[in-house]
Amino acid sequence: MIHVASLTYTYPTGKKMEFPNFTVDRGEHCLLLGESGCGKTTLLHLLGGLLRTTTGNIKIGGQDLGKLSEAGLDDFRGKHVGFVFQKNHLITALTVEQNLLLAPYLSKKPGAGVAEVLSALNLQGLQSKKITTLSQGQAQRVAIARALMNKPDVILADEPTSALDDKNCDAVIDLLMNVAKENQATLVIATHDSRLKSKVKRKIELR
Amino acid sequence: MNLFVVVWGYLKAKPLNTVLNILLLSLGIGVITTLIVFNNQFQEKISDNSRGIDLVVGAKGSPLQLVLCSVFHIDFPTGNIKLREAEMLSKNRMVKKAIPMALGDSYRNFRIVGTDTSYAGLFHAQLKEGNWWKEDLEVVAGSATAEALKLSIGDTFASAHGLTEDGHDHEENKYKVAGILQTSHSVADNLLFTNVSSVWKVHDIHEQPDSAREITSLLIRYRNPIAALQLPRMINSNTNMQAASPAFETARLFSILGIGVDVLLGIASTIIIVSALSIFIALYNSLKERRYDMAIMRSMGAGRTRLFAAVILEGTILTLIGSVLGILLGHLLILGFTTLVEEGARTGISAMVFYTSEIILIAGSLVLGVICSMIPAVQAYQTDIHKVLSGN
Repeated sequence: MIHVASLTYTYPTGKKMEFPNFTVDRGEHCLLLGESGCGKTTLLHLLGGLLRTTTGNIKIGGQDLGKLSEAGLDDFRGKHVGFVFQKNHLITALTVEQNLLLAPYLSKKPGAGVAEVLSALNLQGLQSKKITTLSQGQAQRVAIARALMNKPDVILADEPTSALDDKNCDAVIDLLMNVAKENQATLVIATHDSRLKSKVKRKIELR
Repeated sequence: MNLFVVVWGYLKAKPLNTVLNILLLSLGIGVITTLIVFNNQFQEKISDNSRGIDLVVGAKGSPLQLVLCSVFHIDFPTGNIKLREAEMLSKNRMVKKAIPMALGDSYRNFRIVGTDTSYAGLFHAQLKEGNWWKEDLEVVAGSATAEALKLSIGDTFASAHGLTEDGHDHEENKYKVAGILQTSHSVADNLLFTNVSSVWKVHDIHEQPDSAREITSLLIRYRNPIAALQLPRMINSNTNMQAASPAFETARLFSILGIGVDVLLGIASTIIIVSALSIFIALYNSLKERRYDMAIMRSMGAGRTRLFAAVILEGTILTLIGSVLGILLGHLLILGFTTLVEEGARTGISAMVFYTSEIILIAGSLVLGVICSMIPAVQAYQTDIHKVLSGN
C-alpha cells in the first residue's frame, strides 16, 4: 500500500533528511519511531502529500505522489488519506456534525453517515454540540471520527497519544487500531511514546 | 455542508466583531441611501411643482424667497404688488397665461391661497368631492389638508393672519369648505384654495378703490422663447416688481444645499472607509488564529483556491449584509422623517421608492468586501501546511 524508496527531504534551512526504504502492506499497522526532531512528522507529511519530496519517491496504492500536481495532491489527500493529529485541531467555530461533514465536502467524495461514524466511536448524541463543550477524550475521538469520514485507505496519526494518560492512551490506540481494521485501512502512527511499542508489531525506526 | 456554512460558523463565532463591522458599514450606506432618496425625490418634487411656471412676479426682495413662497409655499411673501400693475402685465403679448396669488393667511398651519381655478390645473389636481367655489369665502381643500384637519364639505373655519398658528384670527368672516381635491402628489395637496376676492374680504379691503387693491404675486407662463429673454428684464427695470425664474432660483438653491450634501457624503464615505478597514483588520487577525484550521482543511483535501474563496466569501458576506441593512436603514430613516415629523410629511417624499443607484451601492460594497479580504485571502492561499501542523 505504502512504498517508500530512497527518500530524502531538504528543509528550506538546508537541513537534509534521509529516510529508510520501507513498504507497508494494505491493512497493516505500523509505528514510526524515533526521538523528537528525527523527522517523524516530516515523513508523515511527505506520506500524506502535505510536503513534496526532494528526491526519491513515495507510492501510495500505486500512485506516485511526486507525479501529482498541487491540486491533484489536494484531491488525492482528501480521497485516500485520513489524518489524526496530536492536538485534535477541530474547527471550533463549527459543531461536531459540521466538522465531520467538512471532510467529504472538502474532498468531494461521498462520505460515511455522521450518525454511523459517531456511534461506532461511542459518540452518539454529540452531533450538534459545540467543539468547545467537548471533553479532551471526546474531542480526540471526534478527530478520529473525522479522519474516518471518507473511508480512507491510509490513516496517518501524528503523536495521537503523547498528551494522554495511560488509560486514555490505551483507549485511543485500541480505538485507532479497531477502526483501521474495520475500514481495512493502513495505519501509520508516528510516535516517541514507548507505551505503544507493545501494541503494534511492525516498527520503523528513524534516526 | 458548503463553504457558506463554514464561513457563517466563523462569523457567528465572533458575534461582536461581526455586528460591529456590519453596523459600521450599514451606517455609512444608510446615510448615502438617505441622501440618494432625498435628493432624487426633492428634485422630482421641485420640477413637478414648478412645471408650467416660467416666471414668478412679486414685490422686490429676495428672488429665491419669492419663488419659495409662491411656487413651493415654504417661505413668506416678499410683500405685495399692485393689482393694477399685475393686470397690466398679464395683458402683455409675451404672457400666455398669468395666475394671481394672494397669500398671507392660513388655517392651523395650512396656507390659504387666493387664486383662480387654473392654479390647481397646473398640478392636474381634480376635485374628489364637492365643487369649485362659486362665491366668496368658499374654499377647496387639498387632499392632505382635508385629511389632517378632518375637513369635509360644508365645514366652516376662521382663518388666521400670517402663516403660523399664532396669528390673530379673522373671526368675522368664516370660510366654508366647498370641495376637496384628489391627491396630486404636489404642493396642492397641502393647501387651501379660494378666490382672490375672498382674501380681500377677510382683510376688509373690499371697500377700497380698485387702485389700492394688492396681490402677493403672479405666476406667468411665456408665450414664446423670446419672452424668457425680454420679460424678466423688462419687469425688473421698468416696474416696482421683480421677476424670478423658478428654474434659475432652484438651481441656485441646489448649489447652496450641495455643500451640505457634499459634507454628508464626505462623512458617509469616511465611515465606509473605516468600516472597510475594520473588516480588513478583523479578517487579518482572525486568520492568524485560524492558521491551524486552514492547515487542517488542507489536510482534508481542500485546495488553496478553496481557502482563498472562503476568506473572500467572508468579506463579501459582511459587506453584503452591511449594505442591504444600510439601504433598509436609509429608507427607514426617511419613513420615520415622513411619518413622525410634520414638515417631513408635507414634503410628500416617499420612503418606498428605490433607485438604481442603490443597486450600484450594493455592488460597490461587494467590491469593497473583495478588496478588504484580498490580502487575508492571499495569506490563506499561501498557508504552509507542514509548518503550521508541525508547530514551528
